[in-house]
Amino acid sequence: MSITRTDVEHVANLARLELSEQEKEQFEGQLNAILKYAEKLNELQTDDVEPTTHVLPVYNVMRDDAIRESVSNETALRNAPEDEDGQFKVPAVLE
Amino acid sequence: MFEPNKYETVVGLEVHVELHTKSKIFCGCSTSFGAPPNSHTCPVCLGHPGVLPVLNRQALEFAMKAAMALNCQIADVSKFDRKNYFYPDSPKAYQISQFDKPVGEHGWIDIEVNGRTKRIGITRLHLEEDAGKLTHIDGGFGSLVDFNRVGTPLVEIVSEPDIRSPEEAKAYLEKLKAIMLYCDVSDVKMEEGSLRCDANISIRPYDQEQFGTRAELKNMNSFRGVQRGLEYEEMRQADILDSGGKVVQETRRWDETQGKTFTMRSKEEAHDYRYFPDPDLVQIHIDDEWKARVRASIPELPDARKARYTAEFGLPSYDAEVITASKKLADFFEESLQYTKDAKSVSNWIMGDLLGYLNAGGLELEDIKLTGQGLGEMIGLMEKGTISSKIAKTVFKEMLETGKRPQQIVEEQGLVQISDEGAIAEVVDRIVSANPQSVEDFKAGKEKAIGFLVGQVMKETKGKANPALVNKLLLARLNQ
Repeated sequence: MSITRTDVEHVANLARLELSEQEKEQFEGQLNAILKYAEKLNELQTDDVEPTTHVLPVYNVMRDDAIRESVSNETALRNAPEDEDGQFKVPAVLE
Repeated sequence: MFEPNKYETVVGLEVHVELHTKSKIFCGCSTSFGAPPNSHTCPVCLGHPGVLPVLNRQALEFAMKAAMALNCQIADVSKFDRKNYFYPDSPKAYQISQFDKPVGEHGWIDIEVNGRTKRIGITRLHLEEDAGKLTHIDGGFGSLVDFNRVGTPLVEIVSEPDIRSPEEAKAYLEKLKAIMLYCDVSDVKMEEGSLRCDANISIRPYDQEQFGTRAELKNMNSFRGVQRGLEYEEMRQADILDSGGKVVQETRRWDETQGKTFTMRSKEEAHDYRYFPDPDLVQIHIDDEWKARVRASIPELPDARKARYTAEFGLPSYDAEVITASKKLADFFEESLQYTKDAKSVSNWIMGDLLGYLNAGGLELEDIKLTGQGLGEMIGLMEKGTISSKIAKTVFKEMLETGKRPQQIVEEQGLVQISDEGAIAEVVDRIVSANPQSVEDFKAGKEKAIGFLVGQVMKETKGKANPALVNKLLLARLNQ
């Protein structure tokens, strides 16, 4: 499997990254090198191995349905680049 | 034009139902509706770095309960995945959802359309978190985000493409809603957004095996809206095919006021969600003992109740369907039956006077003061002959408004039926003497004239005379 220029552009678009032509070329090479390195894993026989979703031997970690105090509106908005009427203000995203 | 003989419609529905837990799915913030913006948030649901979501056990059990009630197989092992996308209603830039190991799969429900029962398959039911709410401002140049709703637990219920008409789609939604209400896992109010529905629809000529190209419909705000939106799409797609064109795969928005659908986005810009297991949340192992415990909490469901009402009480199928569609109404019906044995009479009062009153006022059962006990006792008074059916209408109206017991209303307003033959005979004599023309008409063979005379007697007694006695005495008097 190798990464093409189109793949780089697709992934960049999904991540909302704007790349220069030079960067695209650079990442195409780097991503291919990384994948090639990881390909070594394909030499392992994994047919009878369950896919790992978590490395800890822990399951069913849950909490009771109880309300805990929320943070204040001011605290919630502290990292907002802009706010208005107690809400986060963002550029319009219309579909 | 969409001709049902030419094209077959294929519909699949995706329904989101908000689970009414007290706190959010992965943090302790309140889920209550209508709080000031961004007052029910914390670092977890705001997606700050380094926080650890922990699953709300109640949300999982509600999802299991709902899946079981929809006849799904419950997973032995379930897990959460991240669905990645950028949109300002999602602070983490991913939604915690379930990809390949949903809580439930392979379910079904039965719907009834035009007297025929049909089984609709349910592909899956999975658990996920809700997104925030966006308000567009500045003439479309900015948006405000309220994250209170972020993290409210949702189940997404995906149907098989088994639905064949807009009418079936509506019946499916109504049944789904009834089941969720019986299970008591959600308020299921489409107006408040606790039930949301997207629809996939395509049409194909009857001799074509593969499905046609589908459109995904969004923005329907009522069951009726879903039906209308689908009806519009059937027409739109048929017009395209009839003129030799091709339906484009796209997402379309239903506009309720215009009664039309409009393109939102075509599939070329389709999202690539790059699902992967959420490393913050560990797997869920559901053993048989746990499943049995949740299953035991499911009450008798609408289909079973409906079957019982038709078999045990002889109710017409339609009446049984209407009454069991709402658990509260069915419970009301059964409460009444503790005070009278006449199930058909209870059903008739519910189907006629009660639902008529609720529909006219846009009310719910919990908005009025009448109880099942009140209705049952009132019918009991009719059975004993204490009140006539005419007086019962007055008593019923009073009970709707004041919630008083029927016995009390009858006593306070002196509504006890007059069954004293002597007293009625006296009134009959008076009416007969005062209306010689009607008497003559009757004797000349005009049977209808007696109706007028009965009416006069009832008027004179303010509706309290026992109608059967009035008829009997009047006939006897006229045939003298």
